[in-house]
Amino acid sequence: MTQPGTESWRDVPAGGTVLLPGSTERNLTGSWRTKLPVIDFDACTHCMICWVMCPDSCFKTAEGTLQSVDLDHCKGCGICATECPVKCIEMVPEERD
Amino acid sequence: MTLKLRDLTLLDDGFESGHGLCAGCSESVIVRQVLLALANEPVVALATGCLEVSSTRFPDTAWKVPLIHSAFENAATSASGIEAAYKALIRKGRMADRPMTFVVFGGDGATYDIGFQWLSGALERGHKFMYICLNNEGYMNTGIQRSGATMLGAWTTTTPAGDLVPGKPQWRKDMTGIVAAHGIPYVAQAAVHHWKDLMTKVRKAEAAEGPSFLNVFAPCDRGWRYEPEDTMAVSRLAVETALWPLYEIVDGEYKLNGPRHKSKPITDYLASQGRFRHLMRDREPGVIEDIQANVDREWARLRARCGLEPEVVKEAPVAASAD
Repeated sequence: MTQPGTESWRDVPAGGTVLLPGSTERNLTGSWRTKLPVIDFDACTHCMICWVMCPDSCFKTAEGTLQSVDLDHCKGCGICATECPVKCIEMVPEERD
Repeated sequence: MTLKLRDLTLLDDGFESGHGLCAGCSESVIVRQVLLALANEPVVALATGCLEVSSTRFPDTAWKVPLIHSAFENAATSASGIEAAYKALIRKGRMADRPMTFVVFGGDGATYDIGFQWLSGALERGHKFMYICLNNEGYMNTGIQRSGATMLGAWTTTTPAGDLVPGKPQWRKDMTGIVAAHGIPYVAQAAVHHWKDLMTKVRKAEAAEGPSFLNVFAPCDRGWRYEPEDTMAVSRLAVETALWPLYEIVDGEYKLNGPRHKSKPITDYLASQGRFRHLMRDREPGVIEDIQANVDREWARLRARCGLEPEVVKEAPVAASAD
């Protein structure tokens, strides 16, 4: 994928059309985060409430079960922890180097 | 097709992570729910607003569906053009006849104020498209200015709360009622926390023969001054206090989808947000009663339109002016 800012003006499509669907994925918004969701998978019932209510599509699923959180994009809003019916998500302070 | 979250997780998400919406924003939640609920291929037109500037920062886009970037006022008109072109291309045999759905996302600024006559025109012409208003009660993208959807007493940067003015002095427009007056087949009010209700309404809107309109309550943690994790809780409170009833109007018939009874006084809702803090400090005691009276009046009118008996108020929530 071409990195933003490295294209020549000749490479810009006519009309400013964006030809890379979903390309914001390369913006790692996880750096905004001050709190980190930690899931207790022993208590999780895989109800997917966190998945449907996450503003950043961060809950990764496979075959109807919850697998992981995409920490590259999670902004740490904490909606998942507040809305989890069994309270198995905890927000812990982010620690960075 | 029934709506089950585990089945929905198997579908492709039409809206990618990495967009620039604030942490805790409800707009991307609504967009994902709408795109997941659609049965047909969508084409999206966006009006200027938080969603547009945050999800389509050139050269990136968060969208994985065809999208047209419109100006503030003309998203409904863009959708009209797309729909007309779609019909013409099929008629001329230049495109395979396949079902498509044309969706517009606009904020309340684009819907209630700036794009109002354009929306009205598109509804009157009867183009088959779905208009979704992401109602966060203000111009949040430009820095929290008042709009026609902002409610009475709310602090915004253009209605600052001080000694002379207690926040916004006016109530709000009944946009859902105004759109319903166009006589279009499907109009509904939904809220972000009730995903099943919202997705059911999107499916009904998609199946409607003609234009459809969804007014979706979209709390804004930045502009309403509450903690990002409370987005769904604030939305839930708006429904429980009857400030934002969940209902639909199918071919002119009103139907209540949410709770039939108001379970909480409006003060519970006001206390959840910093934009009403000046009211809760009792600097302007009359305003809360005014807000409650407006909510009660709209709620009584809606219940009557839904064919329900007037609600028996067990205890006066805040003001005795309810009767």
